[in-house]
Amino acid sequence: MDVVLTRAFGWFALFLLTTVGVVLAEDTGFAIHLATVGAAALILGWLTLSNTDFEAVSGRILRAPADPGRYDDDPIRWGVIATVFWGIAGFLAGVFIALQLTFPQLNLEPYLNFGRLRPLHTSAVIFAFGGNALIATSFYVVQRTCRARLFAPGLARFVFWGYQLFIVLAATGYLLGITAGKEYAEPEWYVDLWLTIVWVAYAVVFIGTIVKRSEPHIYVANWFYLAFILTIAMLHIVNNLTMPVSLLGSKSYSAFAGVQDALTQWWYGHNAVGFFLTAGFLAMMYYFVPKQADRPIYSYRLSIIHFWSLIFLYIWAGPHHLHYTALPDWAQTLGMVFSVMLWMPSWGGMINGLMTLNGAWDKIRTDPIIRMMVMALAFYGMSTFEGPMLSIRSVNSLSHYTDWTIGHVHSGALGWNGMITFASIYFLVPRLWRRERLYSLRMVNWHFWLATVGIVLYAAAMWVAGIMQGLMWREYGADGYLVYAFSEVTEAMLPMYLIRAVGGLLYLAGAFLMVWNVWMTIAGRVRDEKPMHSAPYDEAADRPLVGQPAE
Amino acid sequence: MTYEAFRHFADSYGLAAMVILYLLLCGWVFLPRAKPGNERARTMIFEDDVPGDR
Repeated sequence: MDVVLTRAFGWFALFLLTTVGVVLAEDTGFAIHLATVGAAALILGWLTLSNTDFEAVSGRILRAPADPGRYDDDPIRWGVIATVFWGIAGFLAGVFIALQLTFPQLNLEPYLNFGRLRPLHTSAVIFAFGGNALIATSFYVVQRTCRARLFAPGLARFVFWGYQLFIVLAATGYLLGITAGKEYAEPEWYVDLWLTIVWVAYAVVFIGTIVKRSEPHIYVANWFYLAFILTIAMLHIVNNLTMPVSLLGSKSYSAFAGVQDALTQWWYGHNAVGFFLTAGFLAMMYYFVPKQADRPIYSYRLSIIHFWSLIFLYIWAGPHHLHYTALPDWAQTLGMVFSVMLWMPSWGGMINGLMTLNGAWDKIRTDPIIRMMVMALAFYGMSTFEGPMLSIRSVNSLSHYTDWTIGHVHSGALGWNGMITFASIYFLVPRLWRRERLYSLRMVNWHFWLATVGIVLYAAAMWVAGIMQGLMWREYGADGYLVYAFSEVTEAMLPMYLIRAVGGLLYLAGAFLMVWNVWMTIAGRVRDEKPMHSAPYDEAADRPLVGQPAE
Repeated sequence: MTYEAFRHFADSYGLAAMVILYLLLCGWVFLPRAKPGNERARTMIFEDDVPGDR
């Protein structure tokens, strides 16, 4: 009882503190954010007091299940639900901004214009959808491969809820016009500090679990997760070194200036791709693909080489975002050369994943989850070929600032990150909620096709739009003037923008099928449907041929 | 350390050190004595599989 009272008092004290902050805040955005934190504190305080069964509730939320013979899966269950929820939010925002580019009338000023919704979309899909998937699967995989329960279960729960608060603050901040102006690092200083705290807690839980493992070898998936956690911590802290104008205001200024700021930003930006969207998701690949295929990874040696090559090469590739800028030539060349070298380990990893199915290729036909994984690996291979190609300076002079880049990013994000996450969710849900199987495998198949057709429409439209845009921009007439005005280029891209929006809509439709499927699986329902594959059996024909007597 | 000195260290000894470290780390898994370890590591994620149990 005393504990509950102290805890509730703490929450109410925090609420009062934020209320004082709201009154003293320098700008409206900061006041709204403090009020959000205050509201969260108030809800937590109220929850603490309103439950009569204090011990049971606090025990369930703050402490691991008492049975030491079970893995600590609560935060993973929450994480899977959060992944699905934020996925829908992020895809919806994506479809909406795609439609805004097609029909500019949809720019609802000021809160829902393209400039504010675009970072909301990127952060929602990368950090909210992808981040929750990474946290949830890392907690799942590290426990299974270490044969140990989570270290510091209370901290693991803090990581989950703290990360959700980070997402809410970041997302509402964009809509309110609060931004640090750095791509993929838009949240302002106080949100960055909060994320740093959450991330350190995440590292403590993950590393602590590895340290207390009862399995001598650390499985390669954990290497990738660990690289992802440590590198993101480093990148996040360095790129967000800023000086706030006021401790009660949202605005801050970067510690770096000019080209150094740009290089720091793209060192961060590209490694966010390399370590968040690649290393982390490769960790998922190295656990869930062998598990779903029921075959060990093709080559363990290759997975180790894949790991070290990515670690040693990726960190140098960032300058390819700054071709033909004030960045020194040697740095641009360095970025380009390392990007091209990255092609090899990336394809090594893809081959390793695909060859895991060697001898069981029929599973692509019979198991839609495997089909999703194979498509994810194919898109991993495709985008890691396209990326190095785009980083070559002469190619970049055509592709940079055009929609080709957008197409490239989405073939990686929708194809690789999206598909491998969907497959992992479909793998996890029946296991986490102890169901016999998914509600419907046929729905997974529909999800697969909707998503695949959506990606193809998206990527193809953006290739055409981007290359056309680049060629039109650089077209000179005989008298040395540019042939096309910017508006003419935009007009020419309209049909492609429409196709892109349709592709996004199909992808979103597939995700809605996933929501339904996951929901019904958790509810314990099983859809009555024809199995995906079964050898035909005709009882009437299953007889010996007996000679008919002549009449 | 000046920028020039740092830059030249980076493209000579620094680079060589990183290449050697990379080769050592990759070569590690090719040691003959690493073979049974690799095989075990490859299949360890299936050791918790009990038939009929999820």
